[in-house]
Amino acid sequence: MSAAQPAQPTAAPAGPKKEPPQSRRLPPSKPLLETMGNSALEIAETAGAMGLLGGRVLVRVFTLRFDRAELLRNLYNMGFKSMPIVLLTALFTGAIMILQAAPLVQRFGAYGLLGWGAGFGTLREIAPLLTALMINGRVGANNTAELGTMVVTEQIDALRVLAIDPVSFLVAPRSIAMVATLFLSTVFADVLALVGAAYAGQALLGVPPSLFYGGLTSGLLGVGDVVHGLVKSVVFGVVMALSSCYYGLAVKGGAPGVGRAVNATVVASAAGIFILDYVVSFLIG
Amino acid sequence: MSAKPRPAQTAPPGTSSSSIVHHDLDEPSEPPLRGPLAAVAWVGAGALAGLRGARDLYSIFVRTLYFTVYGRTEPGAVLVQMYEIGNRSVFFLTVVMGFLGMILVYQAGIQASRIVPDLTMIGAAFLELLVRDLAASIGALMLATRVGAGIAAEIGSMVVTEQVDALKMSAADPVDFLIKPRFIASMVMTTVLIIWSAAVAYLAGMLTGWATFDINPLTFINPSLLDTGDVVVGAAKCFAYGAAIPIVSGHSGLNTFGGSEGVGWATTRAVVNSSLAVIILNIIISTVGFILFPG
Repeated sequence: MSAAQPAQPTAAPAGPKKEPPQSRRLPPSKPLLETMGNSALEIAETAGAMGLLGGRVLVRVFTLRFDRAELLRNLYNMGFKSMPIVLLTALFTGAIMILQAAPLVQRFGAYGLLGWGAGFGTLREIAPLLTALMINGRVGANNTAELGTMVVTEQIDALRVLAIDPVSFLVAPRSIAMVATLFLSTVFADVLALVGAAYAGQALLGVPPSLFYGGLTSGLLGVGDVVHGLVKSVVFGVVMALSSCYYGLAVKGGAPGVGRAVNATVVASAAGIFILDYVVSFLIG
Repeated sequence: MSAKPRPAQTAPPGTSSSSIVHHDLDEPSEPPLRGPLAAVAWVGAGALAGLRGARDLYSIFVRTLYFTVYGRTEPGAVLVQMYEIGNRSVFFLTVVMGFLGMILVYQAGIQASRIVPDLTMIGAAFLELLVRDLAASIGALMLATRVGAGIAAEIGSMVVTEQVDALKMSAADPVDFLIKPRFIASMVMTTVLIIWSAAVAYLAGMLTGWATFDINPLTFINPSLLDTGDVVVGAAKCFAYGAAIPIVSGHSGLNTFGGSEGVGWATTRAVVNSSLAVIILNIIISTVGFILFPG
């Protein structure tokens, strides 16, 4: 669009622009191809910008140029303060896994396999995934809101004026804290979900917890399954850190802009989590 | 310059935003409690905040239902919200649920092949699980993220820029104007989107089974395990989640205070609370469903 009007470079940018009248009707639909192309370009641009930001964060992390105090503060804010949500989600997740397995188990009377069935799904898939989604809602959204507010109130510009690198002062500590939070929360959630599943199994199906733990440790499940889930949690943490920091730093336009950025972050992280979940599951088997 | 201290998470009672801003200043300064009493105070404060939140939510829910029946009829606003909630989530939900179907069939195939090398029933079991729980629950978690954040951000910005106060001054109830259209639109669109996402997930799962485990698509499409109970439970979940998401996130949006940072907090709270609402409703409905339709 801008290439079509190079003839008037001196035109004042403050001139009255003709904007279409804002209406509460549905927006006019563009041609399908144009919409698809636009969104493809947008996705590519976002992914590229996140990759660049990730590269810059990696450089800071490996050369140890990041703010330690900020890291500790963020570990407390992101990790410790998320514990209630992780606890609640994990206990309920265990119970839901049992509820879903219950009809199958009752049909075949395979009470001994309950621990194995629930444990497999919980450790490999559901605990990392649900923990990541909940932490995405709490920590990722929060991080974007915080960074976005700093952008809107020009605190980032103030940092640059003081010759403080915003990436090593703000982004790198947050990214490390987020990955660490997700990894540790997943360990925590794995344990709690299995405890929740054991007691839900007792309450719903009358399977004693000892039988449940027996099924869990009968040899069908190995350390590999736990590691599988934990590797994924680290990947989810990286996705979440990059997308929340990127969208936070790219905020434009006051309070509504912060709201929009938070919305975009949670959506992008959730999509990224599911896509990488499949890719990582497939790659490490 | 550092990260700012967190504003109080729990909104004080009453929804008028003008009284909220100076809340922290009016608080009488009590001496901090020590020892076991501090824990008691902490638990008590948490319980009180929870009760207050539940009462607020209940009040908004009842008012929404009231206005849905007796309020103004405005099909235009509902249509706009249906477009916002429905059409704009289709792409996101399609991507997420497609990948979810692929992941689940892949993991289930690995799990099953450790015990029985027979994978013919995997499609039937997958369909049952999808209809009874996963399509609705994971789809609603995604909608809670996308739609909940959107609703809270929009209403929160209106609160911060005092548009909601302007509405109240014009004797228009914000619940009637802002939450009711989103409630109706979300009830309809959540159901539609969840049916769509179940179809997408099943198709993606079928293709994964075909490509990875050589399961014939015709074998995979097998509704023999599906019964009335599964469909009833799945439909109940659709309606419950569709009702809960706009109420919970509208509540967070209306309780926004304190500028652009406040909008960020409200959005965060909306996502977390509506996701928790989905998980808690899932437990309740699944338990009731298991008792009503065992096996």
